[in-house]
Amino acid sequence: MSKARQLADLGNVYDDGALSNRNLIINGAMQVAQRGTSTSITAAGSYFSPDRFEAGITATDQLAATLSQSTTSPDGFANSLKFEVTTAETTLDADEIVTIRQKFEGQDLQRIAKGTSSAEQVTASFWVRSSNTGTYILELYDSDNTRQVSKSYTVNSANTWEYKTITFPSDATGAFDNDNNLSMFFMFWLAAGSNYTSGTLNTSWASATTANRVVGQTNLIASTNDFYLTGVQLEIGDTSTPFEHEPYSVTLQKCQRYYYSNTSTSQFYATQYVDTYKFVQWGHPVRMRATPTPTVTYFTGSFSPYQIDDQHFKAYVASSYTDGTTYYTTSYAMDAEL
Amino acid sequence: MIITAVRHTTDFMGQPTNTVIATIDGEELFVPLDPSNRHYSEIMRQVEAGTLTIQEAD
Repeated sequence: MSKARQLADLGNVYDDGALSNRNLIINGAMQVAQRGTSTSITAAGSYFSPDRFEAGITATDQLAATLSQSTTSPDGFANSLKFEVTTAETTLDADEIVTIRQKFEGQDLQRIAKGTSSAEQVTASFWVRSSNTGTYILELYDSDNTRQVSKSYTVNSANTWEYKTITFPSDATGAFDNDNNLSMFFMFWLAAGSNYTSGTLNTSWASATTANRVVGQTNLIASTNDFYLTGVQLEIGDTSTPFEHEPYSVTLQKCQRYYYSNTSTSQFYATQYVDTYKFVQWGHPVRMRATPTPTVTYFTGSFSPYQIDDQHFKAYVASSYTDGTTYYTTSYAMDAEL
Repeated sequence: MIITAVRHTTDFMGQPTNTVIATIDGEELFVPLDPSNRHYSEIMRQVEAGTLTIQEAD
């Protein structure tokens, strides 16, 4: 790319409103994987890994797969998301879907000005690699207004990193709610049954029609294929800019708004609160998106959460001053995902 | 998300808490009564659909 082109692109970015914090995607370089580096998928459901990326799988019968943080990556990246089919789906039924997606809070999407006459285009860019060549669909789905738009891209060469950019049109209809709840899905489709593919691909924003969402999508899960992603970016405007790398600590903090965990050996000890109860408590590392669902294990004792919220966790156990037992947590995770 | 049982809880003073105990995908979880929490949101969606009932505290 020439210097003149780079300067022109930089000017476009400035016109579109941001030189930093351009990327709406969190953890687009797949650096953070707090749940571990690999998750086994044995049934339909939601699976998270790396952080903020979710495999959304519906109605499959035979599919088994792993979702992992891989070290296979293009130059300039250390990690990628890897979806690997270990047992293929023998027949793709009409209602079956497999997606890799990220969900957004409405308050983080206000810059798009969706639903106004000033609505912005957005451009996605990403590195993709798969053993399965063919047409894939990337979709934006507005869950506040049940509207969507889909674009196709092609994986041209098997087992080769390819850089893709896709620009989505603006939408003057249907504003995103300005709150901490789910407003939009950003979805990489890997497989979709005929309920989703039997119409005409909807490439402009419109009320969602299921049959028009994923037309032309290849079926990745027909055999033991793999699919890698990294460098995922979604930004305002019609121009993709170089991936906005950020320090690991910054990405980790962004992820912890939605999920955090601790499996270290030295954790929180319960202290006496009243004659017959001990409490354990700590503050979340960042204010969480919502009051999280806690998963806490204790060395011993039957603890119950107490007045938990988006800023702290607290739990109590029946135990007197004279109780010689030491109570402490041995692992915990807090889930405030969308 | 497969939810098979949900019940209210009381604290050590016998007062209602801000969590329910729910069995979700086979795991027993304390789910906060926060409409923005995805587990509680799904519980309430199923309650409103008439397919799930929140039991009283033991």
